[in-house]
Amino acid sequence: MANIMYWEAIQRAHDEEMARDPLVICMGEDIGVAGGTYKATKGLYEKYGPLRVMDTPISENGFTGLAVGASFLGVRPIVEIMSVNFAWLAMDQMFNSAAKVRYMSGGQLAAPCVFRSAGGAAHQLGAQHSARMEKVFMGIAGLRVVTPSNPKQAYGLLKSAIRCDDPVFINEHELMYNMKGEVPDGEYFHPLEGSEVARAGTDVTLFGYNISVHWCLKAAEILDKQYGISAEVVDLYSLAPLDRAGIKASVSKTHRAVIAEEDEAPVGVGSEVIAIINEECFFELDAAPVRVHSALVPQPYNHTLEKATIPDHEDVVKAVLKMFGKA
Amino acid sequence: MKIEDKKRVLREMVLHRRFEERCYQAYIERKIGGFLHLYPGQEACCNGVMEAARPGHDYVITGYRDHVHAIKCGADPKEVMAELYGKETGSSKGRGGSMHIFDAAKRFMGGYALVGGPFPLAAGIAKAIQMKGGDEIAICFLGDAANNQGTFHETMNMAALWKLPVLFVCENNLYGIGTSIERSTAVIHQHKRVAAYNIPADECDGQDIEVVYEHARKAVDHVRAGNGPFFLELMTYRYRGHSMSDSRGYRTREEEELWKQRDPIFIVRDRLIKEGAMTMADFEALEKETDAYIENEVIKFAEESPEPRVEDLEKYVFADRESQLPWLTGKAA
Ligand SMILES: Cc1ncc(C[n+]2csc(CCOP(=O)(O)OP(=O)(O)O)c2C)c(N)n1
Repeated sequence: MANIMYWEAIQRAHDEEMARDPLVICMGEDIGVAGGTYKATKGLYEKYGPLRVMDTPISENGFTGLAVGASFLGVRPIVEIMSVNFAWLAMDQMFNSAAKVRYMSGGQLAAPCVFRSAGGAAHQLGAQHSARMEKVFMGIAGLRVVTPSNPKQAYGLLKSAIRCDDPVFINEHELMYNMKGEVPDGEYFHPLEGSEVARAGTDVTLFGYNISVHWCLKAAEILDKQYGISAEVVDLYSLAPLDRAGIKASVSKTHRAVIAEEDEAPVGVGSEVIAIINEECFFELDAAPVRVHSALVPQPYNHTLEKATIPDHEDVVKAVLKMFGKA
Repeated sequence: MKIEDKKRVLREMVLHRRFEERCYQAYIERKIGGFLHLYPGQEACCNGVMEAARPGHDYVITGYRDHVHAIKCGADPKEVMAELYGKETGSSKGRGGSMHIFDAAKRFMGGYALVGGPFPLAAGIAKAIQMKGGDEIAICFLGDAANNQGTFHETMNMAALWKLPVLFVCENNLYGIGTSIERSTAVIHQHKRVAAYNIPADECDGQDIEVVYEHARKAVDHVRAGNGPFFLELMTYRYRGHSMSDSRGYRTREEEELWKQRDPIFIVRDRLIKEGAMTMADFEALEKETDAYIENEVIKFAEESPEPRVEDLEKYVFADRESQLPWLTGKAA
């Protein structure tokens, strides 16, 4: 096991897959000579050259579509979209071409592309650089969405996504690139479907994904130590498809659920998880499931206001305490 | 073009014309649903370019006005018609429809309904060709109005920057639905627009297949020789409305008549007659024979083909599950 950073894990997955298959390429703004805004492609340009590590013009929809077209002929492009905010510009090609081409061609063409993008609020980046958009991607038929919460997942999910014949959107987080964690030494493929119990518990399930898993873990600690509440934390690393069986299994055990997301609430991951809980195990509930989410405002620049829009572990603790009648 | 080639292409163009006219009728009969964009008037464009290229070998991609492009690449007209009927035997198994004809085996990479969408896809196909080192080229057929999309400019820049083997063919039929080019586009001559990207370009009459062929040959040769992209603009006209509910109130009948005097099929026919290679009676027989083929084989096949099964509704959303299990479960073989 190597203890490496999230960005290093992503870089390693790129490197291994590019070394294995000459049709794996990566592309995006600043990813080549400059090594990538988050260093996720560091050193690859020197190793694989400009034909396979492509510094693209600032043309999100254009280069995303180019990747999709190349994938029709068996090329395996990994597209980095510098910030998820810019993915709005690429959504036409992601949604109308990549996600639909297999279906509308009756299975003749496929777009095995990987789209990686950094989402989330970092530090005072303002409204146009702080978006969370997983809710938009997870509702598109034909697109898989995964969102790694640690270096092991970042490495293993990218490896699986590159090999998978479906288009996969990988939602990373700006604040996590320097997070360290254990990654297996040998090749490791993380499943693209499913969920993980990140911490076992009996009284309530805290559902999180990506950065909110860490709020949940921290909240679980506090709940256990200070309030004697045993919280199970479930990491929903796959948002499309969501792990119905995993959600049901945990809620059937704890009978309570809190869903923590950095995204805004309307039409979010939380709404979807609660819908699944209602459909799968409504009569096993001891309390109505609750969402912890950010405020529906364009991300303010001001630090105090910014903090007020984004939830954290304390909000998760509060939600649980309220559910147990302790707040 | 040699006389034999001209005769063959005339046959093909007559098939393309009659196929489209028969679609019109089937639409009126409510056999075909959705949007239906027909090609009569523009036959010399697709045929002229593809005569200079290699159908079935070069990759072709286009917009929603795509039946003729598919057939020219080698798609079976029966399957194209079955697709328009929404049948399981259709070229896209009934999942695509008129705007989404595909025949990957014939390297017809599809029709796409978002105006401008195919530009970057074509460049991507060209990128893949470049990586694999084949002698194919990518050919992207789109209308003039598509050039006002951002994808046009984004793609021209990338195609030129990376010297991608892609030929852009602009079928300039002067209208984007009901808006004439004068009212939508600051530059009417589309080939002038790509000069800004250092892309060589050419323009010619899109009604005369021999003219198109001569210009297309140079364009295709340029791209195939590894010189990067080329942009070819063909001046043409669609006879029918943009789609089926279009009564063409935005243009005059005089203008339409003027263009019909330069009909791409009649130009070839009259030339062959003048050259003594065929008679008017031969031509009329050809039309009859074509209609009979369309009726007795193409329409019959579409009519008699089965509907897709509702149980298969979710087929083709994702790759076949079995083949993907290692990545879905993480348990690599
Ligand atoms: C992105 C997008 N915007 C608008 C439309 C509606 N639309 C369909 S065809 C068309 C006109 C396109 O004209 P042109 O590109 O010249 O092609 P032509 O139909 O003349 O062959 C428009 C506006 C669309 N399909 N996609």
